[in-house]
Amino acid sequence: MENYVVEMLDIRKEFPGIVANDNINLQVKKGEIHALLGENGAGKSTLMNVLFGLYQPEKGEIRVKGKKVKITDPNVANELGIGMVHQHFMLVDTFTVTQNIILGSEPRRYGTIDIKKAEKDVSELSDRYGLRVDPKAKIRDISVGMQQRVEILKTLYRGADVLILDEPTAVLTPQEIKELIGIMKSLVKQGISIILITHKLKEIMEVCDRCTVIRKGEGIDTVNVSETNVDDLASLMVGREISFTTEKTPAEPKQSVLNIHELKVLDARGVEMVKGLNLEVKAGEIVGIAGVDGNGQSELIEAITGLRKTESGKVLLNDKEITNLTPRKVTEAGVSHIPQDRHKFGLVLDFPIGENMVLQTYYQKPYAKNGILSFNKIYDHAKNLIKEYDVRTPNVFTKARALSGGNQQKAIIAREVDRSPDLIIAAQPTRGLDVGAIEFIHKKLIEERDKGRAVLLISFELDEIMNVSDRIAVMFDGNIVANVKPEETNEQELGLLMAGSRKEKVGGE
Amino acid sequence: MFSNRMFNILVPIISVVLGLIAGAIIMLGFGYNPFQGYLALIDGAFGNAYFFGETIRQVTPYILTGLAVAFAFRAGLFNIGAEGQVIVGWLAAVWIGTTIEAPMIVHLPLALFAAALAGGMWGFVPGLLKAKLGVHEVIITIMMNYIALYLTNHLIRNVLTDTKDTTDRVVESAALSSEWLMTLTSYSRLHWGILVALVAAVFMWFLLEKTTAGYELRSVGYNRHASEYAGMKVGKNIILAMVISGGFAGLAGAMEGLGTFGYMPTHSAFTNIGFDGIAVALLGGNAALGTVIAAFLFGTLKIGALNMPTGAGVPAELVEIVIALIIFFVASSYIIRWALLRLKKEGK
Repeated sequence: MENYVVEMLDIRKEFPGIVANDNINLQVKKGEIHALLGENGAGKSTLMNVLFGLYQPEKGEIRVKGKKVKITDPNVANELGIGMVHQHFMLVDTFTVTQNIILGSEPRRYGTIDIKKAEKDVSELSDRYGLRVDPKAKIRDISVGMQQRVEILKTLYRGADVLILDEPTAVLTPQEIKELIGIMKSLVKQGISIILITHKLKEIMEVCDRCTVIRKGEGIDTVNVSETNVDDLASLMVGREISFTTEKTPAEPKQSVLNIHELKVLDARGVEMVKGLNLEVKAGEIVGIAGVDGNGQSELIEAITGLRKTESGKVLLNDKEITNLTPRKVTEAGVSHIPQDRHKFGLVLDFPIGENMVLQTYYQKPYAKNGILSFNKIYDHAKNLIKEYDVRTPNVFTKARALSGGNQQKAIIAREVDRSPDLIIAAQPTRGLDVGAIEFIHKKLIEERDKGRAVLLISFELDEIMNVSDRIAVMFDGNIVANVKPEETNEQELGLLMAGSRKEKVGGE
Repeated sequence: MFSNRMFNILVPIISVVLGLIAGAIIMLGFGYNPFQGYLALIDGAFGNAYFFGETIRQVTPYILTGLAVAFAFRAGLFNIGAEGQVIVGWLAAVWIGTTIEAPMIVHLPLALFAAALAGGMWGFVPGLLKAKLGVHEVIITIMMNYIALYLTNHLIRNVLTDTKDTTDRVVESAALSSEWLMTLTSYSRLHWGILVALVAAVFMWFLLEKTTAGYELRSVGYNRHASEYAGMKVGKNIILAMVISGGFAGLAGAMEGLGTFGYMPTHSAFTNIGFDGIAVALLGGNAALGTVIAAFLFGTLKIGALNMPTGAGVPAELVEIVIALIIFFVASSYIIRWALLRLKKEGK
């Protein structure tokens, strides 16, 4: 018999009106990285919450290290050596790394917390697994990647030998992802088992030993990663063939739509983040901005869309200057913006989805007359958009908060594209989404291009940049350092350019 | 089992019931009969025409200060300055009511408008500071309360009168009081202000739920970043919300100045009408209708409680404790929410 650390056999979990998990088997071997793959809403998180003791299954059996167990709450899971790192970190910002790690199981000495010992323990643990965290640093001062390592340490500190990582790479930069992969490999070498919840196929291929696929709440299959490939995994997950290289005809760029001249932008601290940047986007083309996060992309978008004042330089839309106009004026001039952070900027989560669909246009006819809203018109409009863009929601009165990430993003895209803008700025439009939704969004962007709109795509995912863009502008340190065509370059070259190494082709056209 | 709407109605009701039960236990503990106590309370609020008139009279300013706090809440602001806005509104109404001569159709609306304007101005200052400099509105509104208290005292003593402690009575043409309502209720101080308060509640509901301005205010209240992204002027909305909120509270002051009292005395301490408005708004779920209902409850408790010492021998201090307990349970309504959710999970 195989040596399994965790076995979940024939699990069924129901919620009122839906079966979230049914007939799912998950068997994790000691010292392996086991992927749990499925689309958004397929039931991965439910299954892991069952394992972590947050939900009780209606049917099925859980075994840990061969013994049948009943996990009634997360404390039981902790005692059994199961630790979970959630997608959204559970850390106290103003506490130090050590304070966060020991929270709830503090080492005591004469009734006070022995912080010296705790710091020593943390730094030993950190060294042993190569996690490189500073025990004395405050959480708010460290990078997202390091915060994640603190979360991992927190579970290890409590003696976990089975780690559940819930979409750990969704929040990381490519460099941080590489580091995390290294850490995961070193953890399993020391006997830790990892369950990796993800829908990123490339990561599975790179790091996992085996992969269990669930689809619409049902267990589909468990495969050895070495015996499969990305395409098979994708069709297992979605239940149909998925095309990764987005189909598109060559671009036919027409007149210039967006023109940026010598743009300089400061960030909130007053540091110059965009340093005399020039960029042009024509009608009927998609320009992808490749770059590592923090090289001025956010400031650039905010400057174009009016959310941030520029220091100097000009932004022209259809030859008319829109520099430093208010966001409303920029919107009315014909710019749509799919924001990077859909919860913070894209949606009012506590508004019904219908009201979110008119977030920029609520004051215009036919949605309002003389300052009075016409809810019939607003909701009719929302119903149409929801149908057209396949936003899955019970109805238009459902709060945006209740929708899955993919459907929230589809709603934003529906709203932004429907305005028939001249320029669409799409910042990280597919972050955190599954392949089905990604495919849909890429198709939409290309459709809009074909209708003659200019599209500016900002993404940290090279795949996305390579697949969707007609032209790639590499951004580094507040400037466009290279203009390349996707068919004339590759990820290695782009990676180097993004890291700031100059090459002969610099300057592009 | 429960829809969201049900939930929002159920939680405050359970809060009130728990508060009443806790109050009953306290009364029992001190050797008083809670049934007699509560009967005396109900009797004191609705037992005869006079009591009923007084109850409605008390409800009137509560509705308005409740609306003031609720309105600001909906735009994401905590207007703790309703108290000061009541006081300046009171003075402004009495000022116009005592110094101007005009027919009622002009005079009364003018006095009400002055009260709303004064309250609005008192809300404008913290709104402006919040919008332009990011100063927290709670701090400024607390300070504005003290400025209002001492400034009005000074004005009453030195400007409106010659070192007297009360102003003159407002003239007939600016008064909300009505001989008819008073005789109807055995000479309670009931006045027409209740209509003003109910109109204000309808106004708030309409403004927030039906207009583009209300859409912006709600959007800013929920998510400032998304509102700015969508092209709304966040600062303008913050100021507007505070001005309208202050206007409601100012009207509450007018209810006292033009209705209940007909003059303004100097105050050695706060009136508490504004502070009670916070609890009213909280209990009413920051919605217009909810606030009206909550104000009725608070007015009932306040007036009915006056009868508890004579009607059931329960000391007035204990009555204050019972009311405080109800507020406590309302404020901790998230515990009740949690318990209900728990029930919902297990009962499915």
